[in-house]
Amino acid sequence: MKLVAEIREGTRISLEAIRGNMLRSVLTTLGIVIGIVTVTMMAMALEGLNGAFRDAISFIGTDVLHVSQREWFIDSSEQWEAASKRRKITLAEVRAVERALPMAKAIAPMVMHNVDSVRYESRSSGQVMIIGTSEQFLITGGVTLASGRFMTRLEARTNRDLCIIGADVAEKLFLNEPPLGRKIRVGNESLEVIGILEKRGSVLGQMSLDNQVIMPIGKMASSFRWDPNCTIQVKASDPTQLEATREELRGVLRKIRKVPPGKEDDFAINQQQQLLEKFQKVSGVIGISGFFITGLSLFVGGIGIMNIMFVSVAERTREIGIRKAIGAKRRTILLQFLIEASIICLIGGVIALLIASGALQIARRFLPQVALSPTVIGVALGVALGTGIISGFLPAWRAARMSPVDALRNE
Amino acid sequence: MSLIRLSAICRSYEMGSETVHALRGVSLEITRGEYVAIMGPSGSGKSTLMNLLGCLDTPSSGTYELNGHSVAEMDDDELAEIRNREIGFVFQTFNLLARSTALRNVELPLIYAGMDLDERRDVALAALADVGLADRVTHRPNEMSGGQRQRVAIARALVNKPSILLADEPTGNLDTRTGEEILALFETLAEKGNTLIVVTHEEEVARHARRIIRIRDGLVASDETVASASR
Repeated sequence: MKLVAEIREGTRISLEAIRGNMLRSVLTTLGIVIGIVTVTMMAMALEGLNGAFRDAISFIGTDVLHVSQREWFIDSSEQWEAASKRRKITLAEVRAVERALPMAKAIAPMVMHNVDSVRYESRSSGQVMIIGTSEQFLITGGVTLASGRFMTRLEARTNRDLCIIGADVAEKLFLNEPPLGRKIRVGNESLEVIGILEKRGSVLGQMSLDNQVIMPIGKMASSFRWDPNCTIQVKASDPTQLEATREELRGVLRKIRKVPPGKEDDFAINQQQQLLEKFQKVSGVIGISGFFITGLSLFVGGIGIMNIMFVSVAERTREIGIRKAIGAKRRTILLQFLIEASIICLIGGVIALLIASGALQIARRFLPQVALSPTVIGVALGVALGTGIISGFLPAWRAARMSPVDALRNE
Repeated sequence: MSLIRLSAICRSYEMGSETVHALRGVSLEITRGEYVAIMGPSGSGKSTLMNLLGCLDTPSSGTYELNGHSVAEMDDDELAEIRNREIGFVFQTFNLLARSTALRNVELPLIYAGMDLDERRDVALAALADVGLADRVTHRPNEMSGGQRQRVAIARALVNKPSILLADEPTGNLDTRTGEEILALFETLAEKGNTLIVVTHEEEVARHARRIIRIRDGLVASDETVASASR
């Protein structure tokens, strides 16, 4: 109760003091402004980068496990060699997993193959990714259809001559014609287009997700690779079941592939989490080094604040004496000057945020995900406040400890 | 019971390599409602005595009891609380906060006492009215005359209803006529039962008190009750 009153009083005094020395206060904030601008930009860039990455890998799906011969991240050449010696994952094994894992929401095999082109009449598409899979891919692969339909279970099992094409392929091959029902040539096969995928963009501007043709995996195996090395996509019944599903899946795979007890897995279960963790490690390093540099500029700003607060305390020695004579305790005086330093820094923080939001417009051109989020604003103001309290402490402490007799004698 | 009881108070300072003995064993008692003047030439130790009486400083040795509290061993914050509750200061140079209005200046001790906003305002306004400044509450010190400033200071000193009003050369910065006005105000305060201690080197000022304590070389040189006729 008393503390609240003291804080209110301290704020009032500080505002009066800052108003009384407007120019000086604003100049003092300059260092803080520069520091906070860098903090803000740094935080915005990191957030933007994280956001961009998360968007980019969203096609992998947060609750989908990807079983394949190799791990996504291989740390050594030995590991690479060991992984390369593993047996392929066969279509038969996928079928076995499908039967043995009822707790999964969906299980789809997947084989990818790059071809130089697919053709429609005289038009050619250029390089295209062919994906062989089953009807379950609609659930595991996170694809949506812009028009037409996906393959059915029966169509997938019976290896029908049909395909679903990506938005780019549709555009290149058919221009303005309606593609549904037309036949395109993929390798030696002639496949009927039954669906067109929604446009999905690309992964970090590199790999296009719209430049693909999806077809039944059996059909693809017979026309391109007789012995495909499959990836199995397993979608958990819900995200909380991901770990349980993973364990179950591992057991099933070991049994199917006859891995003796005590031996290492001869397959890898990958998931989005790994990718995120890897990236977060990298962005963490960027963040730490960035904030270190930022910290230096804040440190310089903080020294400026400390300096001006020493001046402020010296100028107001007599006032401190009066307040003490009237009954101000050490805490009261300490608070008063801490509040003053904090307010100066917060003003700096606000100015910095204004500058940063201006700079944001430029940054958006390179990283569209960049935004001045509440988190970033919070961090910026928090850092400003922290700088104020830390750099104001020494001067405030000196003020608080003054002897009232000496302070009153000061002219 | 005495309001103030000093016994064998000594206070010495280190001045470079030398030790200055400002007070060398002062003992005195002041009871509630007294109007006391403390006199002495500069260097006599009267300022030191005033600082001790006002709990701005603590003695090197000796005991000081103020309104039942043993003050000599208190720490900074306890002294601050005692000053806030028990003592009202009036200084030669007024010592008002320059940027604050009269009202804010008078409210200050109440803020430190933890009084809430509305009550504080009423109490401060009443204190200003008591010293005849009801129409000056929103003025800042630089918009007021010396006499008015000193009245603000007196209102501030009294607003917490302290046990003692401690005035250090209260008329030192005022012209004779204004000084007289302030002394007349002190007179009324004394008549109302306030305890007043005025530190001064002016006989004129001291003569208004009922008791004059003279300090010389750090000791009480004389302690006399003023005959009422001389007032």
